[in-house]
Amino acid sequence: MSEELPKVLKAAGLDVLSCMQCGTCTGSCPSGRHTGLNTRRILRDARKNRVAVLSDDALWLCTTCYTCQERCPRDIPITDALLELRRLAVKKGFMLPEHRKISEMVMECGHAVPLDEETKQKREELGLDPIPETVQKYPEALQELRNLLKACKFDKLTAEK
Amino acid sequence: MEKLSLFLGCIVPNRYPGIEKATKLCLQKLDIDVSDLPGASCCPAPGVFKSFDKATWLALASRNIVLSEKLERDLLTVCNGCYGSLADANIELKKDPELRECTNRCLKEIGMEFKGTAEVRHIIEFLYKEFGREKLKEYTTIQLDLKVALHYGCHLIKPSRDRNLGETEAPVFFDELIEATGAKSVDYTDKMMCCGAGGGVRSGHAAESLEMLEHKLACIRQAGVDCIVNACPFCHLQFDRGQLAVNEKFGKDYSIPVLHYSQLLGLALGFSPYELGIEQNAVQNIEFLAKIYEISAGLR
Repeated sequence: MSEELPKVLKAAGLDVLSCMQCGTCTGSCPSGRHTGLNTRRILRDARKNRVAVLSDDALWLCTTCYTCQERCPRDIPITDALLELRRLAVKKGFMLPEHRKISEMVMECGHAVPLDEETKQKREELGLDPIPETVQKYPEALQELRNLLKACKFDKLTAEK
Repeated sequence: MEKLSLFLGCIVPNRYPGIEKATKLCLQKLDIDVSDLPGASCCPAPGVFKSFDKATWLALASRNIVLSEKLERDLLTVCNGCYGSLADANIELKKDPELRECTNRCLKEIGMEFKGTAEVRHIIEFLYKEFGREKLKEYTTIQLDLKVALHYGCHLIKPSRDRNLGETEAPVFFDELIEATGAKSVDYTDKMMCCGAGGGVRSGHAAESLEMLEHKLACIRQAGVDCIVNACPFCHLQFDRGQLAVNEKFGKDYSIPVLHYSQLLGLALGFSPYELGIEQNAVQNIEFLAKIYEISAGLR
């Protein structure tokens, strides 16, 4: 467990050691302006291997807009680093119920946002086929997608731990 | 490749079919060779799937790319989120042989192989780089007398290292495409700010997501525009359906119409607001609808 966070980030090509805590990330963050997300602090916690950062709900307040990453004077791929921390958090079982539901939705119907009756009607009004040309129309494609998710062990990863 | 396949994703076909219709009408009018992409799935949504598991994110994205490789067509997306997932996955798999091998092991289970022969295009960068603004102007039949608040959206231009679309603080290429329709792209405070939907925030932290949206809407209202134009159905959904939620939550009375660029372009190419599904939005602004019907009928 020692130095787990910096090591994982480094292995992914993200050197948070070079962070000088200037705060450009936090100052640029559209979420941090309105929410409790403090990107600078998350990077410091990761750098200091404070694993509690993985269970910090603030990790999920980032909209992945990449503004911090674009503006970082040390060129740290900050958003990429944050995504890496999220993946580690998920591996340890931290996942919002709403996000678990989206995962289940994709496993069930191949879409994060599934077709509903209201939209079918709107499609018909526009002269479109009520069922779009996606995985929703082709049972064999949906089965193929489910098999692929299984091959990735995604069902196991997102199952409640 | 000059041939394209239209990647629909989730929100376009399943919530805003008007964007699908508008895109198909525009591409046909512009004589761009585009086919369906039967059997495609969720891209998968970058904010969530890329946050959960990289192998799964790459596997699902690559399956969609392989479907297009088989058709010998490049993928065309009309969504910044789908572009973020598909283009980024395509780049990573093309440049990292180890990652590609790993992904192909998963794909082998369903008899597929990622070859890296297709490109991923976003309609905005495609129209700007390949089709060209001047040629676009030649195709327009109606000059749109509209003031527009353009929302680029984040993943069209960022991360910039992979996008090749120039700098990200004050880009102009999309504004130029807006102005090719005759509409005016009006500058406003925090124009480049995120809509607040991405990264799983809209689904996971709805209240915070609406806080960000409200700020953006306040800036746009201050600019005094006819409508918002975007190139991402997730931003579109946030601006349109989210606007009603903001009104309810914060006691506001926003009623700013929201158009995808395909719908704006469709108007300039002579299609009616009805054909383009503009009336199907959650925000119902009668004044705006009357205005675009008048423009569309050549009455102003």
